[in-house]
Amino acid sequence: MPTYRELLQQTKSEISELDARAAREKQGALWVDVREADEWQEGHLPGAVHVPRGYLESRIESVAPDRSTPVILYCAAANRSAFAAKTLEELGYTDVHSLAGGFTDWKRNGLEIVMPRTLSPERRTRYSRHLLIPEIGEEGQLKLLDAKILLIGAGGLGSPASLYLAAAGVGTLGIIDADIVDETNLQRQIVHSLDGLGAPKVDSAKRAIQALNPDVDVVTYRERLTSENIDRILDDGWDLIVDGADNFPTRYLVNDASVWRGIPVIHGSIYRFEGQVTVFKPHEGPCYRCLFPEPPPPELAPSCAEGGVLGVLPGIVGTLQTNEALKLAVGIGEPLVGRLLLFDALATEFSEVKIERREDCPVCGTHPTITEYIDYVEFCAR
Amino acid sequence: MSVVRVPPVLRTEAGGAREVEASGATLRELLEDLSVRLPALGSRVYADGSIHSFVNVYVDGEDVRTRAGLDTPVRDGSTVILLPAMAGGSLTPPAAGRSRAAGPPSAAACPR
Repeated sequence: MPTYRELLQQTKSEISELDARAAREKQGALWVDVREADEWQEGHLPGAVHVPRGYLESRIESVAPDRSTPVILYCAAANRSAFAAKTLEELGYTDVHSLAGGFTDWKRNGLEIVMPRTLSPERRTRYSRHLLIPEIGEEGQLKLLDAKILLIGAGGLGSPASLYLAAAGVGTLGIIDADIVDETNLQRQIVHSLDGLGAPKVDSAKRAIQALNPDVDVVTYRERLTSENIDRILDDGWDLIVDGADNFPTRYLVNDASVWRGIPVIHGSIYRFEGQVTVFKPHEGPCYRCLFPEPPPPELAPSCAEGGVLGVLPGIVGTLQTNEALKLAVGIGEPLVGRLLLFDALATEFSEVKIERREDCPVCGTHPTITEYIDYVEFCAR
Repeated sequence: MSVVRVPPVLRTEAGGAREVEASGATLRELLEDLSVRLPALGSRVYADGSIHSFVNVYVDGEDVRTRAGLDTPVRDGSTVILLPAMAGGSLTPPAAGRSRAAGPPSAAACPR
């Protein structure tokens, strides 16, 4: 049986080792740090991804799905990375190298390193189920903590969205709503409770969010979104908008502003037993006016109390919106861009229709005809 | 025969049905047939030989505007989805006095 030394020598003779200069000349290479988490926290190479050697086999395919990708592996002193290189060759990777001298020599030679931002022990515990998912991990959780998401409405859709976004650790949540909590809201608006009756919805929601997760900074706007205030509110710098508005004028205002400012909108709407969800990502996919260039006539817009809604429906649709928001904030998965998801609660059936960008879209088309906000009159029943 | 999915806001016009049947080799023929079977529903979607601009029609998941419009072929067994916009979110009635002090809506963009 070989000793460790003999095995290391044998392995090193079988793999490719590159010095820092040669490694940096490898075009398009993926740099993988195979050290342990505590070593990574003390600094790593710029642009490297962290895959501890113990997880190398199980995680490498998610960071390097193409086995012909050049991969540079490093550890502290090029021993673990040598074994790691051999493992990747056994997995079929064809252009694998170990960085000679490892991180120690790199740092000693004065080459650039970066200090990772890290989560506090309390946050590591709170978000541990996210940290365990390779697609999110610490980097994704930090993105969530940095994210600023604006919720239009703290009602049926905004309730589950605000709670799940807060639980997920989205660092800043904005909430716009002018209403007061009343008894009829409690059938579905789960962010509010009996002790919030009579209070502004934004305050009631803020209390619930802060009771759930003090990491979240809640910015409240107790006002109705109009052409007068939309620019002031959006100037606060939002990465994403979760649209749970209850009326067409707001939907169109939000759409037009988001196209002009390039802010993705996660759209949800509900009526009785049916819901719709999609993502409007400006200039990459269609916008709301590509889908519906103009509002329907009043008799087709029963968006108010007369319509009614199954209490759990906004829960389903609002959590689907949240799913899209979290994916966009972390930068993973396939967002619901160009696809309108339809949910029928009675049949328990999802269906999907394609939505395409319209060249003649009045806002995001090639020759836009709408270039300033339009205040549509409210046309739901009073 | 094709299946036409009726959106919730138009169910009254379809006698409460979630799905109705209609036939035709093209969308135009199908909508004409629908207008004969259920005139109230048909007129909400289709009038004077064209589809209302605030209603989207999908044949087998594709927006007919991106296909051949009213000439889009419809197969036997196709699913046709009628989809007007839905605004609902919180579905709370506007509070008294909350109505908008808005200026006149743009005639080009608002059908009212």
